[in-house]
Amino acid sequence: MKNVAFGQYYPAESPIHRLDPRAKVILTVLYIVCTFLCKNALSFAGLTLSALLLVLLSRLPIGMVFRSLRPILFIIAFTSIINIFMTKGEHLLTPADWKIQIYAEGLWNALFMVLRITALILGTGIFLTYTTTPIALTDALERLLAPLKKIKVPVHDFAMMMTIALRFIPTLTEETEKIMNAQRARGANFTTGSLVTRAKALIPILIPLFVSAFNRAFDLAAAMECRCYHGDEGRTRLKVLRYRASDLYAVLIMIGFGAAVLLLNHYGAGPVLS
Amino acid sequence: MHVPEGNVERSKKLPEIFIHAEDLCFSYDAEGPDAHPALKGVSLDIQKGEYVAVLGHNGSGKSTFAKLLNLLLEPTSGKLTVAGMDLTSSGIEEKDLLDLRRKVGMVFQNPDNQLVATLVEEDVAFGPENLGVPQSELRKRVDDALNTVDMTSYALQEPHRLSGGQKQRVAIAGILAMQPQCIIFDESTAMLDPNGRQEVLRTVKKLNREQGITILNITHYMNEAAEADRILVINDGKLLLDGTPDEVFAERSVLQEVGLEVPQCTELIHRLRERGISLQGSQISDAEACADMIARAWKAKHGKGGPANG
Amino acid sequence: MDKIRLEHVSFVYNQGLPFEQVALDDISLSIRAGCTTGIIGHTGSGKSTMMQMLNGLTKPTSGKILLDGYDINATLEDVFEEWSSKPEYRELSKGARKKAIKREISNRRSELCFRVGLVMQYPEYQLFEETVEKDIAFGPRNMGLSEQEIADRVREAARFTGLDEDLLQKSPFDLSGGQKRRVALAGVIAMRPEVLVLDEPAAGLDPVGRTRILEGVSQYQKSTGSTVLIVSHSMEDMARYCDDVIVMGGARVLMQGDRKEVFSHAEELIEAGLDIPQITHLIRLLRKRGMELPENVYTVEDALAAVEEAFAD
Repeated sequence: MKNVAFGQYYPAESPIHRLDPRAKVILTVLYIVCTFLCKNALSFAGLTLSALLLVLLSRLPIGMVFRSLRPILFIIAFTSIINIFMTKGEHLLTPADWKIQIYAEGLWNALFMVLRITALILGTGIFLTYTTTPIALTDALERLLAPLKKIKVPVHDFAMMMTIALRFIPTLTEETEKIMNAQRARGANFTTGSLVTRAKALIPILIPLFVSAFNRAFDLAAAMECRCYHGDEGRTRLKVLRYRASDLYAVLIMIGFGAAVLLLNHYGAGPVLS
Repeated sequence: MHVPEGNVERSKKLPEIFIHAEDLCFSYDAEGPDAHPALKGVSLDIQKGEYVAVLGHNGSGKSTFAKLLNLLLEPTSGKLTVAGMDLTSSGIEEKDLLDLRRKVGMVFQNPDNQLVATLVEEDVAFGPENLGVPQSELRKRVDDALNTVDMTSYALQEPHRLSGGQKQRVAIAGILAMQPQCIIFDESTAMLDPNGRQEVLRTVKKLNREQGITILNITHYMNEAAEADRILVINDGKLLLDGTPDEVFAERSVLQEVGLEVPQCTELIHRLRERGISLQGSQISDAEACADMIARAWKAKHGKGGPANG
Repeated sequence: MDKIRLEHVSFVYNQGLPFEQVALDDISLSIRAGCTTGIIGHTGSGKSTMMQMLNGLTKPTSGKILLDGYDINATLEDVFEEWSSKPEYRELSKGARKKAIKREISNRRSELCFRVGLVMQYPEYQLFEETVEKDIAFGPRNMGLSEQEIADRVREAARFTGLDEDLLQKSPFDLSGGQKRRVALAGVIAMRPEVLVLDEPAAGLDPVGRTRILEGVSQYQKSTGSTVLIVSHSMEDMARYCDDVIVMGGARVLMQGDRKEVFSHAEELIEAGLDIPQITHLIRLLRKRGMELPENVYTVEDALAAVEEAFAD
């Protein structure tokens, strides 16, 4: 149980792994904007290329990256169908007297949407979940969102909550396992019976788990108080994030990519997203 | 501000009072209908640099006493001065509170519930970070603290992968990094296996002897208490016994009455004396001393050369 | 007679993954019926894994665990083979046979956790009911006993563990740590297991709590003649309560046998992570000082007798 991998961080040495987590958050946002800027076949071709490039750059196992698309297959299929059947255009592909009519524009639209969603998921996955540990991400968000503190958004508190959650996930997972085993040893059965019986069978797990989680919370609060925790007022940090040149280049490249997409949109010929 | 540095010679000539309690009382829910007094008038002084064990069975008030010392709980009545600060005065500000907690650190029982960060070194840094220690010094403090508790090689580990004893040592390092004058251990070894307990106790002793940190070890292990300079026995919210381990363990019947056992060696000495074997001496808290005492009596009885055939 | 036998049992965590870890490595041992057996070993020596195997919670990667001579993890095929010679099953149709075997296996599995009661480390975490009585009744109720039988067993278990009648109607969350521990123990004892397995039952308790919980176990063992297994770090508790001792280390069994025999290897025991009692240490110091005393003294009573004898000589 001690080896529970939470989050999907995949340790590897790659240019993307090495980027500052804040840069990666910025890159993700820029990349999402780029996917929405794409308007025609040429720019979408560029987007596809960029996504493949990212996969290669990240040095992640390709199979694993594409498996991450599995949960959204349904969404992809759904948008495709909607686009294929609902888009009206000028190039009718089916005979005119058919009840269902499919236009060439619909097929193109479906393809574009699939590419957009795929690039979106791959991009976020590669920048944030696969190459950045959850804790680095929390850190990055706290610092990037720091200006929001001025308008009384409790950025630090959220980050602290996140850190504590990450710290306790393995502990509580282990504990859940332990409690389940203890109740099983008293003859509890979690796997058979109707839905109601099974839901009821969870009570002997959930109550002890809550009781223990609350106890841990009280203990932790006292321990934090003893260690002079009083919010982020006057707080310093052991780990200091520093932007490096490579972070700047990465962001510039991404902005360049956005500009390229706009150009391609403007000058490129061929089918257009309608 | 006093900053303990290595090998502070503990000055016996100029005792400096670190904790002063006078008729100290505490009730849970003091104003409420079912006020539950946990501490009923405790008076004592603890000197700077002392190693004190606090004994008592569960619910005796020993943990309550500890929690008053850094204002996790506020005294209901009486007087309490810690590190020169009057904790019963009404004018305590947040700044004073932080200063108190910096000086009086606390290590708790459950090793899992006091580590905050997902990396060992970041956890150790948590206290000084809160105090606003500048980044350049932070690094040094974290490294020093980890070095003192012998956990340097684990700096980049995740706490949940450590053993119980290691987690407790990380917790100690977290306190040390705040450069405290006193550390309170609230049954910090209760959930550890024998190895873990030894690791922690060795560290505690080292902190007291080498850095002159005042130690309060709240425990129900007699063998642990025997290592202290002084033992306080608390029962039913009152100070029952106060003295060196030898003095306290001599009061075997008093201890038994309140559900505490003397260490086995002490028990043996007491029982041998009850059986009419005369054993001279008052050092009864440590195995070596007990062995000397028994061997002396035995040799005296069997003649200087040992038993007849020897 | 052997109540439990382990034959070449191994257990590997995360088999096939990079962080594969051998918790038990080809363990063979036997546990005598009606005796109390102590198990000692470092944290991480595999003893907790072994405990959870005895009632089927964890299945060995390889090897067999026999309870009264029957394999507790018997598969469909095993039972089929076992039964194939019985004439009454030959008469059944193929489908009916299969059904009967499946039922048998499921019965055996659920029966197993009632026959082998497991009290985990810090078992007070398992309490969840509104009252102590209901919590103790959880196990017996899962066994499908009658209300009368359940009530009887709850009282009996409470008596063994020294819980007063008036505690039964309280919430388990309002009790002291030691009391909670005893309620958890009672919850397992109430199932009247033939084998009672305890993982460090006294960990973290004060001296009074320690004695109470171990006395409870000993009471149960004596009056029911059941087999008891206790994991402990305390040599003193072992000396006081155990007949046999098994020493584990590095995923293997280092020693097993009669307590006196195992305890005569003091050095190896300390190596294995045992807390050597202070009294044993004292006796060794006295031997060094020339007194003729037996080597394996583990309780104050034995020490008293030995030292008195030395003085009487």
